[in-house]
Amino acid sequence: MLTVERLSKNFDVHILGDKRIAGCRQISFEVNEGEFVALSGPSGAGKSTILKCLYRTYLPTEGKVRYQNQEGKEVDLARADERTVIDLRHREIGYVSQFLEVVPRVPALEVVMEPMLSRNGTNPEEAREQAEELLRSLMIPESLWDAYPATFSGGEQQRINIARALGWQPRLLLLDEPTASLDRDSVAIVLNLLKELRQRGTTMVGIFHDKNVMRATADRVISVGTARKESHV
Amino acid sequence: MNPLLKARNLTKLFGKGCSQCLEQTGPDQETNLCPRCGTVVACADVSFDLYPNEVLGIVGESGSGKSTLVRMTHFEWEATSGELYLSKDVLPENLARQLADEDDPYTQNLLTLSSFQQRQVRNALMGMVYQNPYLGLRMNVSSGGNIAERLLGAGWRHIGKMRDRAASLLEKTEISPARMDEPPKNFSGGMQQRVQIAKALSNNPQLLLLDEVTTGLDLSVQARVLDLIRSLQREFQLSLLVVSHDLGVINLLCTRTMVMKYGRTVEAGLTDQILQDPQHRYTQLLVASRL
Ligand SMILES: Nc1ncnc2c1ncn2[C@@H]1O[C@H](COP(=O)(O)OP(=O)(O)O)[C@@H](O)[C@H]1O
Ligand SMILES: [Mg+2]
Ligand SMILES: [Zn+2]
Repeated sequence: MLTVERLSKNFDVHILGDKRIAGCRQISFEVNEGEFVALSGPSGAGKSTILKCLYRTYLPTEGKVRYQNQEGKEVDLARADERTVIDLRHREIGYVSQFLEVVPRVPALEVVMEPMLSRNGTNPEEAREQAEELLRSLMIPESLWDAYPATFSGGEQQRINIARALGWQPRLLLLDEPTASLDRDSVAIVLNLLKELRQRGTTMVGIFHDKNVMRATADRVISVGTARKESHV
Repeated sequence: MNPLLKARNLTKLFGKGCSQCLEQTGPDQETNLCPRCGTVVACADVSFDLYPNEVLGIVGESGSGKSTLVRMTHFEWEATSGELYLSKDVLPENLARQLADEDDPYTQNLLTLSSFQQRQVRNALMGMVYQNPYLGLRMNVSSGGNIAERLLGAGWRHIGKMRDRAASLLEKTEISPARMDEPPKNFSGGMQQRVQIAKALSNNPQLLLLDEVTTGLDLSVQARVLDLIRSLQREFQLSLLVVSHDLGVINLLCTRTMVMKYGRTVEAGLTDQILQDPQHRYTQLLVASRL
């Protein structure tokens, strides 16, 4: 479903005296439909850069990101025009990180419902039920459902992020340390939800800094960094 | 999906112009003032597509040409050169027939129409909200009257219906209809912007042009106005052109963004890409100096 070919990203910083910073270099890997692939490597190796290149938050410098869309058509995400990327983000590809990336002043429940409504066209009642179920299973107290996530604790925000990212069941989900600041119980819950999502067919590429979490979830680990080779779990 | 609006090479010079104006100005030259003839190149060769239901941001520092671009799009300022095309689908049938060939999905270049025709196009589908409410509102006329005036321009005649419409628009923009007989000069800055928005929406526009509409308002008031814009955009599936010097506003509202400097587009892309991986030196400066 996804073939990354010699993907490189440099950041050319023109201010502060023209610097070139290497984000990732010559990365190649494949992800099959339905697979859960983890990217692993030392901090600074370029794992997050790769995910952001796949989502096109970063503009790749070189290489290809060949993505087979739902209709079986191939799109090079590295070069696709913006409207195509927006469309894919809207229909197929999700991204979640440890940082809260939601619109301010929208209550938690709506944050989770929104992609179900706008992307899946789920009717409001059903979306509300699904969102409530997700929040409940993520142990977000009901008293917070109508509150703004910006005021939540780090762990709560992260769970809202996850609920929003999983709720609409994207076809491909990119995860950048989504469990980074969660306690052990919450991590277990999230991993369970990810497992369920996979069973429903979502393909995933993730970064997990906890090796145990990584092994518990991923089918395959791709090493990023000095060695840059692929290994199997 | 096809663009609702296609703008090509919009250019506006203030001054008599010379053969060097374009070469001698722009981000590389770090000026918009032609050193040879003194002409201000306010906007040069700016092109963009705006899609149905899309929010496109235009960001840049003051003087970069953002307002000029919007004023040309709104037919307020005559472009020196350039083209503007609208999708025929969004025009009322009689206008579409006048302005486009049968087999062409787009109108002819709107910038070459008569000002009467331009006004018709504007009344049929554009709304504009200015940073300065004095430009968008008559401060001494009642708020309801301001809206009625616009409705008259769009062909409404029945007083009672106009009043009802004004009341419901004011309610939509969170102004109590009980205050519709008060003139905007009695209102706070945030309320004036909301009356302006109500007025801009009165003809059911597909396309709303917003020029620095929250600049200068208190932060909490800004937040309310921005939330209102967001919810109206969704409810009416509007296409918005959002002009701001504030990356926070752009980030909140826009999916795609164009960055302007000295009258030129220096960069355009997905808003998250512009903010997290800016390519141009100037965009990098802009992002780095975010509060
Ligand atoms: N009527 C005018 N006469 C001469 N120069 C003008 C006029 N209006 C705008 N300009 C100049 O055009 C340039 C772009 O201005 P403007 O479009 O208002 O920028 P922005 O909206 O980005 O602040 C500026 O240099 C401005 O001084
Ligand atoms: Mg301006
Ligand atoms: Zn000149």
